[in-house]
This record gives sequence, structure tokens and C-alpha cells, in this order.
Amino acid sequence: MHDAAKESKMIRDFENIIIKTVCRAIIPFIQLYGLYVIAHGHYSPGGGFQGGCILAASFILMVLAYDIKEMKKRMSEKINTILCSTGVIIYTGIGLLCVILGANFLDYGILEIILPADAEHSRSLGILGVEIGVGFTVMAVMVSIFLNIASAGEHEDGEQG
Amino acid sequence: MKVLALIAVLLTTAMLGYATLDMPGWGDPSSPASTHVSPVYIQEAYKKTATPNIVTAVLADYRSYDTLGETVVIFTAGVVCMMLLRKVK
Repeated sequence: MHDAAKESKMIRDFENIIIKTVCRAIIPFIQLYGLYVIAHGHYSPGGGFQGGCILAASFILMVLAYDIKEMKKRMSEKINTILCSTGVIIYTGIGLLCVILGANFLDYGILEIILPADAEHSRSLGILGVEIGVGFTVMAVMVSIFLNIASAGEHEDGEQG
Repeated sequence: MKVLALIAVLLTTAMLGYATLDMPGWGDPSSPASTHVSPVYIQEAYKKTATPNIVTAVLADYRSYDTLGETVVIFTAGVVCMMLLRKVK
């Protein structure tokens, strides 16, 4: 009986090692891919929502493979909550900047006054700016909702399984 | 009361069903959306925004109010989830 318990624990440890090593290897690439999807939204399908979800998936994978404590060392709850609102502030900030410069809300063409580009490329850069804002918010909110629902608001790990 | 509610639902369904008869056919090239809005997006989007992906140009430039609303919806969902579930010691 004792041997059987020891053996099953051994198997579990080995499985953990495989899962943790593979996740440690692929998480940076998932995050890089998320940044690529956000930055490449001008040329291919993608943008803030999709890229933010991919970034959030990398953090959720970290929680699944390791635990919540390990993930919160990388991104604490405070930083996560700040990132939630930072994205919306970036978005509305770009919109308000356009108003201050004398155009309509979110009319990026007027940004040519402060950017070293003509009106068309200012629009392109404005789109990139709001996509980055959307990416921030989506990533932080997805991680926050996942942590709150998975741990019933405790943000602590349950029994080690 | 239930009968009244059922009558109201059936009446609304019939009205909505009748209203769809006036809609243009799906993908009809002579419908107002296909003759006014879509050609402008397809012809002008790249010239005006220097963005090859028309979907991104429409989403984040022509209809950026809509995208701002979507972002705020996600933000609100996250904040409400935090307020309802998070236990602070």
C-alpha cells in the first residue's frame, strides 16, 4: 500500500516536470505571438482583442502549470488592476488629444501636428495606439476574471492536485 | 396574465416578421448598405488611413466609438467581477 502511494506520487511528479518544462519553454513564444498579433493588426487579421486574449492565455497557462502564487510574482494584482484601467485611459486619452488639437473625438488625422507623419500615417499610428490600449485592457481583464472565478475570489491555491 | 404576455409576444413576433419582409435580400448588391457605405470603405480606406487591412481601419478608425464602447464593456465586466467575487482580508 505504501509502495503504491509512493509510486503514484512519483508518476505525478514526473508529469509535473514535463508540464512545467514545456510551459516554461512555450510561454515566452505565446507572449511574443500575442505582441505580434497586436502589432500586425494593420496587415493581417488581428488586433487588440485577439492579441490581448493570447497574452492572457499565456498567464492562464502559467497558473495551470504552476500555481497562482508563481503567476502573481510575475504580475501582481496591483499591476493587473492598474493595467485594466490603463488601456481604457490610453484609448480615451488619444481621443481627447484629438479634441485638444482641434478635431473631433477620435479623429486621428489631426495628430499630424505632433507626429512626424502626414495625416494618413497619423491615422495609421492612431489605430495602432488604440489597439495597444485595447490589448492592455483585454489582457488584464481576462487574467483578473480567470483568477477571481478559478479561486472564488481568494486568489490562493486550493489543495495541491 | 400569462395569456396576455403570450399575446404580446406573438404580436411582437408577427410585427417583427412582417418588418423583415421589407429588408433587402441577403448580400443584395443594390441594397443601400452595398451602394453607399461599403464601396466608400473599400475605395477610400487605404488612401485615408494608410492601413491595408480594411477591417482594422473600419473597426478602429471609422467606427472607433464602437470599439471604445466594447473596451469599456470588457473593463466594466472585469471590475464588476472583481467587486462581486474578490475577498479582501
